[in-house]
Amino acid sequence: MAKVIKIKKGLDIHLKGKASGVLLTGKDSDTYAIVPGSYDGIVPKVVAKAGDKVKAGSVLMTDKNRPEIKFVSPVSGEVTAVNRGEKRKVQSIVVKPDAVIEYEAFGEKELSSLTPAEIKESILNAGMWPLIRQRPYDIVASTVDEPRDIFVSTVYSAPLAPDFGFIVKNREADFQAGLDALSKLTAGKVYVGVKKDCGASWEGVEIVEVEGPHPAGNVSVLINHTKPVNKGETVWTINPDDVIVIGRLFTKGIADFSRLVLLSGSETTERGYIKAIAGCTIRSLVDGKLLEGKEALRIISGNVLTGKKVGKDDYLYAYDNQVTVIPEGDNTHEFFGWATPGMGKFSVSRTFLSWLSGKNKEYVIDARIRGGKRAMIMSNEYDKVFPLDIYPEFLLKAIIAFDIDKMENLGIYEVAPEDFALCEFVDTSKIEIQKIVRDGLNLLHKEMN
Amino acid sequence: MKALRKYLDKIKPNFEEGGKLSMLRSFFEGMETFLFVSSETSKSGVHIHDSIDAKRTMTAVIIALVPALLFGMYNTGYQHYLAIGETPGFLMTFVYGLLAVLPIIAVSYIVGLGIEFTVAQWKKEEIQEGFLVSGILIPLIVPVDTPLWMIAVATAFAVIFAKEVFGGTGYNIFNVALVTRAFLFFAYPSAMSGDSVFVRTAGTFGIGTGTVVDGYSGATPLGQVNVAANDAIGSFQAVDILGHPLSTWDMFIGLIPGSIGETSVAAILIGAVILLFTGVASWKTMLSVFVGGAFTAAVFNLVGSTVAMSITPLDHLLLGGFAFGAVFMATDPVTSARTETGKYIFGFLVGVMAIVIRTLNPGYPEGMMLAILLMNIFAPLIDYYVVESNIKRRLKRAVTK
Repeated sequence: MAKVIKIKKGLDIHLKGKASGVLLTGKDSDTYAIVPGSYDGIVPKVVAKAGDKVKAGSVLMTDKNRPEIKFVSPVSGEVTAVNRGEKRKVQSIVVKPDAVIEYEAFGEKELSSLTPAEIKESILNAGMWPLIRQRPYDIVASTVDEPRDIFVSTVYSAPLAPDFGFIVKNREADFQAGLDALSKLTAGKVYVGVKKDCGASWEGVEIVEVEGPHPAGNVSVLINHTKPVNKGETVWTINPDDVIVIGRLFTKGIADFSRLVLLSGSETTERGYIKAIAGCTIRSLVDGKLLEGKEALRIISGNVLTGKKVGKDDYLYAYDNQVTVIPEGDNTHEFFGWATPGMGKFSVSRTFLSWLSGKNKEYVIDARIRGGKRAMIMSNEYDKVFPLDIYPEFLLKAIIAFDIDKMENLGIYEVAPEDFALCEFVDTSKIEIQKIVRDGLNLLHKEMN
Repeated sequence: MKALRKYLDKIKPNFEEGGKLSMLRSFFEGMETFLFVSSETSKSGVHIHDSIDAKRTMTAVIIALVPALLFGMYNTGYQHYLAIGETPGFLMTFVYGLLAVLPIIAVSYIVGLGIEFTVAQWKKEEIQEGFLVSGILIPLIVPVDTPLWMIAVATAFAVIFAKEVFGGTGYNIFNVALVTRAFLFFAYPSAMSGDSVFVRTAGTFGIGTGTVVDGYSGATPLGQVNVAANDAIGSFQAVDILGHPLSTWDMFIGLIPGSIGETSVAAILIGAVILLFTGVASWKTMLSVFVGGAFTAAVFNLVGSTVAMSITPLDHLLLGGFAFGAVFMATDPVTSARTETGKYIFGFLVGVMAIVIRTLNPGYPEGMMLAILLMNIFAPLIDYYVVESNIKRRLKRAVTK
């Protein structure tokens, strides 16, 4: 009998534009890129030059402080540009792909015969280490610290999120291989969060059933309700899609970064899963599938709560497996918005009459903030959508004050910015909470190391 | 609407830094966001936001205050005509009250918002909505005959020293409206208590003139308790301004003398329902205040050695500012406890302190006001201990792993 986590705090936001389980074809991506901004906790050091011929799996970039952490090209072809921004900060390393992808050969390996050190080396060499993240700090995992446990949540509970059941279909063996590899890297256990009654039967891992509204699928919920992170401990987290990528390294011996990306949102004309390779252009995923011309669109790499705003010529962010398109709304000027009855305006509070339409009504919500920024006024807003044994408001205040002792005491090591996404959504005072948490984690990481 | 939007866009540059009207920037911004919801889109973090904002929240509170306000106006007229022995009909009664109360509302808003606008302009910030609620709370908790200049002075004091010096809405330690009331109470005690301030006997703007009838006394029921402090236990009976006994039902409906908005528990309960249903106020605080008050009153009943101690729990909850304080003041999220466990403790202690102050020091019918202000000080301490228990749990977990 698997352990069951049932949470009540949280919020399912029903957005218009749900995708069904259909496979769409994307356009060919004319370039691929590594975007260092995808990764937290690394300092990019570019090793490739424009003009270099590379294969899928060839090193393009390393972490300056930990050169063993490599970032590799997802496709074969020619490096065409290293784009830099202010202060020569690397923005992207662009590769123009060959017609047929050639792979760097890492060799098929029998997992059971490999030592943990060999597995670690394979993952590092194939450029897949950055897929593994660690708590504390929610950054690319350290290569030195042993993880106490490893956590994988296969439940995507965010609005319009993909269904892992669909993604893993026909890739079960790769996923299992990935889990096998990971379980050799920890003295503890690999915990896999699964949807209730999904019949998942992964071997060699601890299955935990998760049930409840978003953020039930966040890996923090899995950690906090099984074995919370204490000071001095390190745990790893990894997206299930990336476990498949790592599994393929061992079953096929190549760095194959292909994945299914879900296109959804109210401003799309076609919705469904697109087979793509990490680092592809957003254009290749959305071209011809958008409701264009009416008003400005916001294209998001990731989901509406934690994703990043992108343009068509930007690239899919490293950890993302979905693209969401919603209206930007910057040309909407609502007259006396605070005084209207508010039918059709989504709110958790019942200050808008939209509560009359019930909880399952689907809404089109644009990207407007819908109010001015204020100091924290309302209490208990955050707690209602924060299912961890942590006081979010007090932790947030400790982060703003940067009181390290207090942050530690209040559980900073257990959280990631994504856990605060719903707090930010419901916040009356429109505070940029995820940004505060991310900056706080980065600063804390700097202070402590 | 489009034309208005265009016009606003056209005149907007004048108000920005360097524009010829930049000294009115905060005022323009206030008006602009008042007319149109900001169309600013998110730049970091979540891409979608809940529709609620501070304006909407404050609007909900104001709507919840409307029943108490309207009833207060009517009651002001009712008490007046009762005192002068006339029965001019519903409309006239209300109009008298309206005319008596409106100047107080106007003074409170003009002084408070004036300061808010000035500070916003000076600090180059957006105008904050907090005073929209405080500005209507203040008229509701003062006696109708309070001189307007006193209200102006007290409001200015409260907004500046209880709010702006702390950083504005969201940073204040004390409830602004209650500080206004406390300032009035301590600075001008003779104008704030006694039996001549709660009922306006003079005419207002020339209507309702007349002389009071024989046997009139404008004392509030709690004022009467104070006067009867040394009488025999059990002999006390609250009466209306003409000396007729008051039933529990009278106290609930609220056609009795008192501060403008606090007399009608019925109207206050309508407000409470609105606040709780919309999710703006916490039922935990509200309920705990009533429980704390009833509990303490019951304990005093058992002792029962003075008139004040023998007032039943129900009467205590119905009289004076108890219900109003419990519903609208104790639930102020900024100055109350912010943790859920803390809210039970905070509310309970507010109820306890209010009755203790009323009973053991019967010169203070304003027990509720003092109790909430006192607990405002303790709210952070309550939260501190609640959060501390979470910290202890975390440390223990780390040790015993």
